[in-house]
Parts: sequence; C-alpha cells; structure tokens
Amino acid sequence: MSVSHLEHNPASALTEPIRDPLVLGNPSMKDVTARIASIVEGKITIKYLLTVTVTGCMALLGIGALLYTILNGIGVWGLNNPVGWGWDITNFVWWIGIGHAGTLISAILYLFRQRWRNAINRSAEAMTLFAVLCALTMVLSHTGRQWLAYWLIPYPNQMYMWVNFRSPLMWDVFAVNTYGAVSLMFWFVGLIPDLATVRNYVRSKVAQKIYGFFSLGWTGSNRHWHHYEIAYMILAGISTPLVLSVHSVVSFDFTVGILPGWHTTIFPPYFVAGAIFSGFAMVMTLLIIAREILDLKQFITIKHLENMNKVIMATGMMVGYAYAMEMFIAWYSGSAWERWIFINRALGDYAWSYWTMVTCNVVAPQVFWSKKLRRSIPLMFVVSILVNIGMWFERFTIIATTLHHDFLPSSWGYYSPTWVEISIFIGTIGIFLTLFLLFAKFVPVIAIAEVKAIMPGAQPSHHHDDHAHTEVAK
Amino acid sequence: MMHETLTTQDAAVNTGTVVGIVGEFTDPNALIHAAEAMRDAGFRKWDVHTPYPVHGLDQAMGVKRSILTYISFTGMLGGLSTALGLQWWTGAYDYKLNIGGKEFFNWQFSMPIDFELSILGTAIFTVLGLFALCKLPTWYNRYQEDESFKKATDDTFVITVDCEDDRFSEQGTQEMLRRLGSKNVHTVTN
Repeated sequence: MSVSHLEHNPASALTEPIRDPLVLGNPSMKDVTARIASIVEGKITIKYLLTVTVTGCMALLGIGALLYTILNGIGVWGLNNPVGWGWDITNFVWWIGIGHAGTLISAILYLFRQRWRNAINRSAEAMTLFAVLCALTMVLSHTGRQWLAYWLIPYPNQMYMWVNFRSPLMWDVFAVNTYGAVSLMFWFVGLIPDLATVRNYVRSKVAQKIYGFFSLGWTGSNRHWHHYEIAYMILAGISTPLVLSVHSVVSFDFTVGILPGWHTTIFPPYFVAGAIFSGFAMVMTLLIIAREILDLKQFITIKHLENMNKVIMATGMMVGYAYAMEMFIAWYSGSAWERWIFINRALGDYAWSYWTMVTCNVVAPQVFWSKKLRRSIPLMFVVSILVNIGMWFERFTIIATTLHHDFLPSSWGYYSPTWVEISIFIGTIGIFLTLFLLFAKFVPVIAIAEVKAIMPGAQPSHHHDDHAHTEVAK
Repeated sequence: MMHETLTTQDAAVNTGTVVGIVGEFTDPNALIHAAEAMRDAGFRKWDVHTPYPVHGLDQAMGVKRSILTYISFTGMLGGLSTALGLQWWTGAYDYKLNIGGKEFFNWQFSMPIDFELSILGTAIFTVLGLFALCKLPTWYNRYQEDESFKKATDDTFVITVDCEDDRFSEQGTQEMLRRLGSKNVHTVTN
C-alpha cells in the first residue's frame, strides 16, 4: 500500500521537499484557525488605537477638504487653463491602479494555480476594495457639481436626455463601478467560509452573532463547497479579463483624445503593467507592516515576499520598456507635436517629475536581480515605497506635461496644487489606511480555508477509485 | 451546547426528537473511503462538512454536477443584451444626438460597455446563484449546537446522516460509520 501511495502521489512525494514550504513551523489545522481567528478576539492595543487615530485624522483632513471643495467649487484647486486635470485625475488613476494587484493576486494567480497566493490574496483583495473607494472619491469630487454626479448614470429623466455612450468617460463610469462591484462580490464570497470559522471560534456571544450573520449560516457542507468552488472559479475567470479591461478603459480617457503624449496605442498595456506594478508595491508595503504587527510571519513568508519582488521587477521593466518605446515612437512617428512633447517631458518644466518617475520605477527595482537583496525586508520596504511614489509621478507626468503646453504658446501654463488638493490626497491615504487597519483587526486577514487546503496531508493522497479496485482485488 | 458531554454511550439515553447521526473523521483518505461506502449503500440525505474543499469528495459522495455555470452564462447574456439594448435604444432610437458626426450606434464603440455589463451580469448571477443553490443565508442548522459539528469549520471532517433518509436506523447507521473509521459517532437530538 505504501508503495502505491508513492506512485499515486508524485506531487507530495517529490515536489514538496524541494520547494520552500508555504506555511512555516508545520502548524496543525487547529493552530491555523486559532492563529488567524484569534486576531479578531485579541485586545485592542494602545499602539493600534494610536495608529487608527493618526490615519483617522488624515481621513478627516481629506473629508474636510472635500467639503470645502463642494461648498466653494473646484476653483479652490490649482487647476487652470490649460491644465484642467491635476492631482484629482492623477490620484484617481493611481488609486485604481493600486487596486489591480489585488485582483491579479486573487484571480490571475488563482487560475495559474500559484498556491503561494493563498496567504496574501485576502489582504490584497481588501486593498483593492479600499483603493477603488479612494479612486471613486477622487473622480466624483472632480466632476464640479458633485451633487449632480448621478447624471452619469443612464436613467429616464424629465430632460429626455441620455448619457453619451460614445465617450470614454462614460465607459470609465461603467468599468470602475463594475470593477468595484465584482471585487466586492469576489472578496465577500471568499470570506464566507472564514467568517463561519470565526463564528465557531469566538467566545463572545455578540461576536458569534455578528460573524454568524455575515457568514450567512455557512456549515462547510460539501454539497455547498461543490457550488462554491465553481462560483469561485467563475469569479476568478471573469475578474481576469475585467482587471485588464479596467485600466485599459482608464487609459482610453487619455488615448481617445487627440493630444500629443496621450494619443498612443501603447497606453492600454502600458497602463495595465503599471497598475500591477504599483499595486504589488502597495501590497508589499502593507504586508511587510501587517506581518510584523499581527505576527503573521508563519504564513506570509520570505518566499511570498520574494515572489512578489520578482513580479515587481518584471512589471517594472515592462513599464521601463513603455517609457523607452514612447520616446522612440515619438521620434519615429515624424509628428512634430509628438516629438516636441516628449522632449519637453524629459527636459521641460516638469523634468523633475519625469526623472523622479524613471528613477523610482525603472532604476530602483533593478536591485531585485540579486537574490540576497530581494529577500531583504528593509530594502524591499524602501523599494516598495519608491515604486508607489514613482507610479504616482508617472500619472502626474502624463497628465501635466501634455496639458501644460497646448498647441499654441498663448495657451501655455504651469500647474501646482493648492493645499486643498494636497489635503484631499492625504485624506484618501488616511481613508485607505484606516479601512485597512479595521479590516486587519476585524476580518480574517488570511484566507483560512485556502491555507488549510494547501497544507501537507490536507488532501487525499490518492484517487480513491483506484483504491476501491485494490480493495476488490484483495 | 447541551450535547457537549454527549458520547456514544449515552446517546440512547438522550431524550428529544432524533435529528440525525454525526461522526468525525480526521484522515482525508478514510473520509473519501467512507463517503464512497455511504454513496454505494444508497444513502441520500447525508452530507460531509469540511473546513476546506477536499479533492475528490464530490465524486466520492456522488454529488451531481452544479448547474451554476448555466446560471452564470444566463447572467452574461443578460448583461450583454442589456448593454447592447441600452446603448442602441437610448442613442439610436429614443433620442438621436449628433456628436461630432459619429454614428448613433455601432458595435465597435459599444464594446467597452458590452464587456463590462457582461462581466457584471455574470458576477451577480454567479453570486446570487450560489446563494440560491446553497440556500444562503440560512441562519439556522439543526446540528448547529453539536460540538462535533462545530469542528467542521476548524480541523475535522464531519459526516451527518439525517433521520429522514430511507436507510437511516439509529443503531445500524452508527455502526456503519464506526466500521468506516469514524470517531465520536453519536445521535443528535433537539
């Protein structure tokens, strides 16, 4: 029997000792439940309260600045003629891009059977949701008369007017809202079994009621798991093209216009690569902090971080390639406008922004060629922050350099933000971090069921129909 | 809670209506084997509760293939036709608005919204379909107070056989489960 076990199970017998384990310390399933579910039961520490207070104050600052904007109009921002888009759209694209890594980790890596994703997908998906929320805040606030933002939705009205479906801005409304809704559904479906685990773990009656309510009465029935796995696969399958489409549609906001520097076909793939790049950097930043504070080193191992660094390096080089190709095509196209705008990008008024972008996005990730460096936590933390900064400057560079010099020198200008825009940006970071901290405390931060499913000995070691034959033969 | 101290010995002593029989497994191989035996013995109203999906258990239990894919596909068609209908009807039929001489409707410019609404329709139908097929939310389960049953979300595979099953007999089913290697087999009442 033992010999036939080996024959039937080459995966566990041969590959597992070679690869690094995905869960360290060889815990039992009970340990996994206790380790993750106990976080929600733990005392709220002073450190946690202080952190939430700081991020909450940042959020309040942003909300205050938003109210100020709504009361006074977007004239309080630094926007001018010709620069009609500034930090608002920069932040919008930046936040939406950050969300993309969550979907990539939860959907695309799932379809590719990358089992290391199971420890990080939950927090990455949560990050997606909160990032989309910040993006929506930015894009709604820039509409001017924010209380009329519902005009973006096609609904029968007394003006007998419909929205313009030929406009990429309308596609954006559908893309971003679909993205937010599907991400929420994917995240919640993934959470149901883990909420049930927490429901059965916690001792407090109130907590049992709350987690019981949100777990919808999940019992772990295999007849339910059967539907559940198919649902999860479908959601992963549709999220994959969705995530590629969302940033493509965001890039259409630029490319469908005829402005030099925007009107290029490279934008959709370039935006998607950049989105994944910046999103992975943000996941990295948050996970490095979370695994320290919540003591999750057992589950979020150096191997997870190293794999993510490889993705960061690969997407960083794609982005670097796009920068170079943009320059080349600007020259090769023979268009004087296109050529001039790119020279201006690298050498003009916003050259500081361009070179910050290149340094952070193209140069910084190159350190990950060295295995030793891509396993160094302080270094990867620094690089992840640099990439976040660099990707913000990428969007700013694209928007500001193209707009600030229009076709006629009479419509040239320079844009700098006011304190209101800066406060709103700080505010979105505050909202994002506050929500993430609440999530990390009150929601199972690691997908418990998925981690259990990949632990050694969790799955049957052989196909049982074969076993049945041996039984009969005996 | 009331069954905390329940063991196989005093199961018969317990008063109340019999709900079914519960047994525990910890080894996935033994579980698969037991599920096959239950399936082959002709049991219908029984289930296995596991902390995570176990490969091959569907087949071992004889679970029929889920119809969820068809529900999802319906959602996709619904989303797609909504998108096409909405864009054509509003732009090319109800209120023709000339914008830069562009066509009132053609499939090329409708693609982004066709795509997004197809995805949205699929997602909504998938999630609602999942809830419908699993009867979620159901905030009550007859076994919910049983201590073994609670372990099904932690580290134990729990087999439940409902009393409504034609082949159910308190003694016989208990013995069968024990023979298949199940631990802590007991009757649940309420």
